[in-house]
Amino acid sequence: MLHLDHLLLTEPGFALSADLTVPKGARVAVIGPSGAGKSTLLNAIAGFMAPTAGRILWQGADLTALPPGDRPLTILFQDQNLFPHLTVAQNLGLGLSPRLRLSADQHKAIDRALDRVGLATLGPRLPSQLSGGQQGRAALARALLRARPMLLLDEPFAALGPALKADMLDLVSEVAAETEATVLMVTHDPTDAKRFADQTILVADGMARPPQDTAELFQNPSQALKDYLGS
Amino acid sequence: MASRAGQVRPALGAVAIAAALGGVTLGTAFAVALQAGSFALSPADWAALRFTILQAALSSALSCALAVPVARALARRRFVGRGLLVTLMGAPFLLPVIVAVLGVLAVFGRSGLFNDLLALLGLPRLSIYGLHGVVLAHVFLNLPLATRMILQGWQAIPAERFRLAQSLSMGPGAVLRHLELPMLRATLPGAAVAVFVICLTSFAVALTLGGGPGATTVELAIYQALRFDFDPARAAALSALQFGLCAGAVALGWRALQAPGFGAGLGRRLAIPAPGGWRRAADALVIVLAAGFLLVPLGAVLWRGLWGLSDLPPGLGAALARSVSVALASTLLTTSAALVLALAVAARGSRLIEVAAMLPLAASALVLGTGLFLILRPWVRAEDVALPVTILVNATLSLPFVYRLILPQAQAMQADFGRLADSLSLTGTARLRWLVLPRLSRPLGFGAGIAAALSMGDLGVITLFAGESGATLPLYVHRLMGAYRMDAAAAAALILVAVSFALFALFDLWGRRAAS
Repeated sequence: MLHLDHLLLTEPGFALSADLTVPKGARVAVIGPSGAGKSTLLNAIAGFMAPTAGRILWQGADLTALPPGDRPLTILFQDQNLFPHLTVAQNLGLGLSPRLRLSADQHKAIDRALDRVGLATLGPRLPSQLSGGQQGRAALARALLRARPMLLLDEPFAALGPALKADMLDLVSEVAAETEATVLMVTHDPTDAKRFADQTILVADGMARPPQDTAELFQNPSQALKDYLGS
Repeated sequence: MASRAGQVRPALGAVAIAAALGGVTLGTAFAVALQAGSFALSPADWAALRFTILQAALSSALSCALAVPVARALARRRFVGRGLLVTLMGAPFLLPVIVAVLGVLAVFGRSGLFNDLLALLGLPRLSIYGLHGVVLAHVFLNLPLATRMILQGWQAIPAERFRLAQSLSMGPGAVLRHLELPMLRATLPGAAVAVFVICLTSFAVALTLGGGPGATTVELAIYQALRFDFDPARAAALSALQFGLCAGAVALGWRALQAPGFGAGLGRRLAIPAPGGWRRAADALVIVLAAGFLLVPLGAVLWRGLWGLSDLPPGLGAALARSVSVALASTLLTTSAALVLALAVAARGSRLIEVAAMLPLAASALVLGTGLFLILRPWVRAEDVALPVTILVNATLSLPFVYRLILPQAQAMQADFGRLADSLSLTGTARLRWLVLPRLSRPLGFGAGIAAALSMGDLGVITLFAGESGATLPLYVHRLMGAYRMDAAAAAALILVAVSFALFALFDLWGRRAAS
């Protein structure tokens, strides 16, 4: 269970509070108007931003003081998820060992992960030689290898076309199922939320609301959600 | 807190380096101030101060005034060899000053080409020594720097503006008034301050072409006080004066100095209108004159050096070995220090570290040298520490340039990949190997090349410390000149230039290859 305990995030001219829990294994969409703080929330959970007040707990353990790499999670950013100067296989290897000292078993695991996401022969390539969709797959393969209990997605597929994005979301579902990960996914597209997430966190008016059942939320939208959807 | 792990070490290192820089620059200033005490400056010292400011102001004004037509001609004309000429404009920054002086002497000296021409015309020969010689050498060294800075300004004017001007049927006069003058108002102060500050600390030029009561810079006066008069108190007082002068100039021109004077992007094609008629002929003349002014002296000294190569004087090999070791050591020192500082500033933007990295701009070789001389004197003989002190001073003085080269790329790297690296626990040496070196190899190689060439050609603090047998190659060239062995000096200068540029090219090439 992820517990955001009276969390307060502030930047100049910006404040966001969150006091909520996300059950283990849930798939949660994070929606809300742009600038409301969706990415800020994920950045704080991932450890790139220190909260002004409150704590972030995973299974009862306080993460608030942990450096990003030590937190039980993998995060996929909007872009720059792969180092362009390293091969795809090396990028995956960094998920297993930051020093890239890999055992034979780990090399095999990398090959399996690449095979799993449909990039079987592309390990020796540089990211620039991959399409946008393939780059997303490579980043997901690294998430698969790391197998951390949480997977945070900060709109990593926003630049892909609808069909490709649907494929990627299916792949995320499979990766999450295989690693039994709790998923938090930022999106500005309600269809993504409906397609992928059983629960949804609405971020609006300086507050991240506790997760609600996605279908229910969209059937009986609150005023804040109505404002966002424009309906 | 966010980036606690892995960030602690570089930040600690950066603080230590910043403290060391502060210690070297401000510590030496403090040492000279202590020693200077209430020492009263003589009228000769005040004359040195006046001459220093006068020659720096004249050099700066002339370099910038001449650079404007050259930059404009280069900006709007396309001709064979233009790219080469622009590249060559970057070379004098790396050219050992003593070689530039030899080149100026070869053309404008008593038996130089220019005076031969005057003699042919029945005119009296002109002496190169004194104010005009110092200014001439400074313009030779700094005209290219000013030209490149202003050329960048010209190329930074958006092409759309020129198209708009054309669509409004603006003539050359209107283009000048509405597009080019505003650009010059923004660019010229930076170029003028940069050249002024460089000339304030001029030592090698004053040492060779100046001297005497009418043409001594403060930097040269410090050297004479310490080396000839054995008067540490006077040297210290002059050093304090020089430090105040440089620090004041840097503080006044701080904003203008923020833009690095050299950089990429000069090869961009732009549709700058190129008026025909007499303006075309004038541009051609300007380019030919500028190229001649820069290339003929260099060509003359290199040509003369070629003939001297068959009869190299003894001791040259040892001097070369000393210079190369000094250059390599100071390059390693300054490049790693600049990298640590740039990474720390990119990661968390510390104002204090930024200031520390620019602090050496206010220092000069002879002030640092005098301070270190005073500090070390009770314990060691000067000639025993000549090379370590030279390494330290060279590393300190080239640090701001290397730092300014690395910083923008370090900031881009941090913005693009900092979070990804943090999320993968990429810290310490793993981060250095898999992220920093691959991403920053290009500016690191270029910066290391500049540091190596600057250190290789440096003729400054070594003159204070070297004994009879401990000369570096530039000092060795200077001693040959002092003995009027001009052919041997030219030959040694040729080797000095070749090795300086080879070191620059090697480091730069390494950076480019590692980046691709």
